[in-house]
Amino acid sequence: MKEIVRFHEAVNQPRETAGRIRQTGQKIIGYLCSYAPEELIHAAGCHPLRLFSSGHDILLAENHLQSYCCSLVRGVLEDSLAGRLDFLDGTVFPHTCDSMQRLSDIWRINRRHGFFADLVLPVKLTTPGSAVYLEAVLSRFKADLEAALGTSITDADLENSICLFNQIRTHLSAIHEFRVRYPGRIRGSDMNALVKGAMIMVREDAATLLSGMVVSLQQLPVPDLPAKRLVLAGSVCDSPDLFDAIEAAGGTVVGDDLCTGQRWFDSLVSEDRPPLAALADRYRTRATCPAKHAGLTSRADHLLSLVDRTRADGVIFPMLKFCDPHAFDHPYLKECLEARGIRSMALEIDDSRQNQGQLATRIETFIQML
Amino acid sequence: MPDNPVAPPKIKAAKKMRDLMTTYYLEALGAPENNRLVAWITSGGPVEPLVAMDIIPVYPENHGAMIGSAKMGEDLCAKAEDMGYSGDLCSYARSDIACAVVKGGPIGGLPRPDMLICCNNICGTVLKWYEIQARFFQVPLFIFDTPVCHTGYSSEIAAYVTAQVHEYVAFLEQVTGKKMDPDKMNEVGRLSYEGQRLWQQVLNTTAHKPSPMSAFDAFFFLALIVTLRGTQIAVDFYKDLIDELAQRVKDGIGVVPNETFRLLWDNLPVWHRLKWLSDRFSAHQACLVADTYTSAWCGALKYIDENNFLDSMAEAYTRIYLNIGVDQMAEEVLEMVRFYDVDGLVMHSNRSCKPYSFGQMDIMQIVREKTGIPVLMIEADMVDPRSFSESQIETRIEAFMEIVRLKAGRK
Repeated sequence: MKEIVRFHEAVNQPRETAGRIRQTGQKIIGYLCSYAPEELIHAAGCHPLRLFSSGHDILLAENHLQSYCCSLVRGVLEDSLAGRLDFLDGTVFPHTCDSMQRLSDIWRINRRHGFFADLVLPVKLTTPGSAVYLEAVLSRFKADLEAALGTSITDADLENSICLFNQIRTHLSAIHEFRVRYPGRIRGSDMNALVKGAMIMVREDAATLLSGMVVSLQQLPVPDLPAKRLVLAGSVCDSPDLFDAIEAAGGTVVGDDLCTGQRWFDSLVSEDRPPLAALADRYRTRATCPAKHAGLTSRADHLLSLVDRTRADGVIFPMLKFCDPHAFDHPYLKECLEARGIRSMALEIDDSRQNQGQLATRIETFIQML
Repeated sequence: MPDNPVAPPKIKAAKKMRDLMTTYYLEALGAPENNRLVAWITSGGPVEPLVAMDIIPVYPENHGAMIGSAKMGEDLCAKAEDMGYSGDLCSYARSDIACAVVKGGPIGGLPRPDMLICCNNICGTVLKWYEIQARFFQVPLFIFDTPVCHTGYSSEIAAYVTAQVHEYVAFLEQVTGKKMDPDKMNEVGRLSYEGQRLWQQVLNTTAHKPSPMSAFDAFFFLALIVTLRGTQIAVDFYKDLIDELAQRVKDGIGVVPNETFRLLWDNLPVWHRLKWLSDRFSAHQACLVADTYTSAWCGALKYIDENNFLDSMAEAYTRIYLNIGVDQMAEEVLEMVRFYDVDGLVMHSNRSCKPYSFGQMDIMQIVREKTGIPVLMIEADMVDPRSFSESQIETRIEAFMEIVRLKAGRK
């Protein structure tokens, strides 16, 4: 499908994409986390753009972050210090893990990409008090944006943005559902590009293109492609090679619990409630990042139900090296899967793109065992 | 070259302290026989309501320090790795998670908790760690969520944390089945404030030249303000310790013979190399007089209302050293450099503690620019000795002390 090319372009050339958007006079606000309220940024007339590490060698960031920090945090700081993110007019840091927390400080102290905001969201999402606080944090961010831009964000603006982002989510979910039903028809690397691209490109364009894709999919012939059905669970999955290796080994991804996947596009913002409250509600009820607490078994419950729904044969955990929250959850999740007779495998990944051969061999062996 | 001076007399209070800690752990281990409840709580957690409700607080992090000091960290960390936990995770968490299963360590494991109290003012790791223990022990978990104050304590944060103080009390009342006595709470709050004030006074004594004790002593004497905060025992002990230190000052006794250089330590101690490190620096007549770690248990004094502890607790527990921005942490380091009049800064880049270690390089830069003192960064781990290279670190200490000597000579 021709639409996919545009998404790959956005993913592979974020600077050029950002440059074109800037030429239209729009300001670009970067973020690194699926808890960033893109709707608010969009409603303020700015362009929300998710930052991924470009994978360049770490040189300048060596002076700020030790080697035991994950490649995402170090890589994005390197990009910033090297001037590769000079298109940014601002950055927003929702609170997630300890490394992001300190990246936010280092970012604020060292660089001025214009506007800067910390969104110190609650870690515990289960209490009425945390719901009140979460909405207050979003409200403060809204006020900060308004003050910085000298504009005001009306409820109607925000409702329009919510509607647009819900469309993107709905289309991505529809494409994903097609993929679950007819595995192998959409390549994993393409699906990954659709999600990541939709975090980078003009959202109106993304919504239109995705909508077109949903229509084209209805007309696609759907031959039966037998494949081992896999679920991916982890943080950022920034490696298209991983999907290729899975497919080369006879597997296909039918679902994920990734912050560059379903955690980002599943579940909509209610359009019937006051908009800020509706945004806050979605963050409290959507599939959680392990840096947040939504109950002692919430992540396992979610993963098991995902495996059931997608009739998955196995689970792969792409583990970003030095990502503590995911590393802490892994033994428990693995145990819960084992109790259901579901095999799983952890794969340590980082930006370096090294050991691709070894990665492919491990995936092949795992898929053969299923 | 250092001659071999006579070692100064040991601090006598150390024995008393060991006895108090033994009594404390025996009481905790005997809790079930005495119908007492045990709560596991994070090191920076709000312990006072537990004390006021006669619940015995137990600190897995203090236990982690004991495991490290007893050089039992390697086995327990490896055990956790066998259980599937990555070797890159916090070694306190790894050793505690393993210990709960194998009942190992210097005291055969901690007493079983009846509840878990997790305050995330020190890191996000404790959340994951306590979730794991709550599933393992099948006991209720209370999360005291203290949002990071990157640039300040906002009204939203204040309202959120204050509401949680009341939720916390309600949680304890529910678990224990009894009401909190407000008078008892006030008394515990007053004792906590007094204990922290005295602890600050203990630490302040090292501004004297020569310093009557070192940061290595502070790492040891810290245990009481962590575990017995809010009790008369801690207050009495620190009063005696202050008297003893005052006498040492009066008698001109320095803990490092012929103290010539004074250094500041940053981050948690390397528990498995305390004596080794102390000896390395002492050999250069260098005394680590202060540190950013032990002062965290009195750094929030300014936010506490000793006559209304419960209401001021929210701010005091939220605005602790690690829960603020790196630039504010640098300000505190600069203040310590000035107050203790140090000649150098030694930073422990601690693989186990990301919120403490990430940002250190920026602090290093700020300290260098603003004070000109040399800074040494050594990479290690607080409990897991496997990545520690004695020869490499010794070489770096030698080189650093040479620079300290040169710079201090020019002053």
